[in-house]
Amino acid sequence: MAFNFQLLPGFPSRPQLRSAFRFRISPILRNLLSALTDSIRDLTPIITVIAFFQIVVLGQAPDDLMTIIAGMLCVAAGLTLFVAGLEMALFPLGESMANGFVHKGSPTALLAFAFALGFGTTVAEPALIAVCAEAARAAAEAGVIAEDPAAIARYALELRYVVAFSVGLAIVIGVVRILKGWPIHWLIIGGYVLVVVMTAFAPREIISIAYDSGAVTTSTITVPMVTALGVGLASSIRGRNPMLDGFGLIAFASLTPMIFVMGYGVVTN
Amino acid sequence: MDWAGLTFSTLFGTLRDVLPIVLVVVVFQFLVLRRSLANPARVLTGFVFVVLGIVLFLIGLETAIFPLGRGMAEQLIAQATAGADGQGWLSYGWIYLFAFAIGFSTTMAEPSLIAVAGKAGEISGGSVGVLGLRIAVALGVATGITLGVYRIIYGLPMHWFIIAGYIVVVIQTAMAPRKMVPLAYDSGGVTTSTVTVPLVAALGLGLAGAVPGRNPLIDGFGLIAFAAPFAIISVLAYSQLSVYMARKG
Repeated sequence: MAFNFQLLPGFPSRPQLRSAFRFRISPILRNLLSALTDSIRDLTPIITVIAFFQIVVLGQAPDDLMTIIAGMLCVAAGLTLFVAGLEMALFPLGESMANGFVHKGSPTALLAFAFALGFGTTVAEPALIAVCAEAARAAAEAGVIAEDPAAIARYALELRYVVAFSVGLAIVIGVVRILKGWPIHWLIIGGYVLVVVMTAFAPREIISIAYDSGAVTTSTITVPMVTALGVGLASSIRGRNPMLDGFGLIAFASLTPMIFVMGYGVVTN
Repeated sequence: MDWAGLTFSTLFGTLRDVLPIVLVVVVFQFLVLRRSLANPARVLTGFVFVVLGIVLFLIGLETAIFPLGRGMAEQLIAQATAGADGQGWLSYGWIYLFAFAIGFSTTMAEPSLIAVAGKAGEISGGSVGVLGLRIAVALGVATGITLGVYRIIYGLPMHWFIIAGYIVVVIQTAMAPRKMVPLAYDSGGVTTSTVTVPLVAALGLGLAGAVPGRNPLIDGFGLIAFAAPFAIISVLAYSQLSVYMARKG
């Protein structure tokens, strides 16, 4: 005879289970349906552009139409699931954690979280690994480092840690700004002035890679978490405005890598 | 097409990507904050949706959009550089149009931008239009990428354009509505992500390799960097325009 789970203390009764099930599933389905119509709208431009250039400019149909249609369906389904999951998990989680830190009242814990979030999500980022490998090859060709695999690998790894550290630092600076209520534009403009000054001193082959590294550090899953952290903090602290103080963390995260990568180029040169 | 292998490697890559975030969240949520989640089943389902969504999205990009986009970039570059006159506007006309169109359309499909724009719309109570903001960012990226292509074709130094772009940003910052400034700076950072980077990098490296006298290492990179300042300019301009329209009408 099967064990009756209903007898366990605290286990919900059948009607309770049924109502919990109904309560959870229907909003999820509603989320998914509205996300699906949005995804189709969001993907229309890229499908139009590809079809136009393929047919009108290049005058040919793509070779494997079935694979392409299957791939497009995957893209639409993936975007739909991502957007639905965003509203269910990443945004509420980030905001409730931000709120928790404010209530705990420990800036040290908050800043440690900010650094870990920035460093941890960047150090394993595939796009960054690719850019660092490319940068190391460029440095070897320019004669900055010895042209052997060990030296190239070490340069790439160091560069990766430099970028990950700079992103961690960026989130920390951004969080301090929200706590103190500093206006964002002085920090960002000061940062860009620093970028311009560093551009004059950095070795030429690292400049474009440094500029690109600022763009590749913020991944699809980091951006919603970091945004939710900023907005959650600004909403939980009295006297802060979510629009004015909540945004801007991403801007710091794309600024500091440029400064640090060029700094690294100057130091190793 | 090896669907099984692609699915496995994409799933593995995404999980490796998500793992540090899960680790950081778990450590701080349960060891530092010592709080249980408000709605664990919903958050867990949402997390599974996010991971599955990214996996499906990447598989689709890899099978449909990237091969087509890269192939088109190669063919357009080959057609343009085959024309004897080299640097004319006309022979590169399709490439400029392609750069603009691909910059616009990939930005509209960028998941991180969808996230940030959605959040901005929500907390501004609807006064920031989600679709309008995304179209503004996409137009900025398209303009930036087109200028970047122009720079590669004529071999002009990249930092002139970037520095000029940021000078415009500084001037606009002084004039634009204050509440939009942080959001505009953020949209510069989120514009280039999963969809845009591979296609734009392929265009830049392909052009730098095909145009005579360009070095792929120096000229091929940096095209992505053009997107950020122009996205900021475009969002600030959009907010200035909305204020102007509201005042007028």
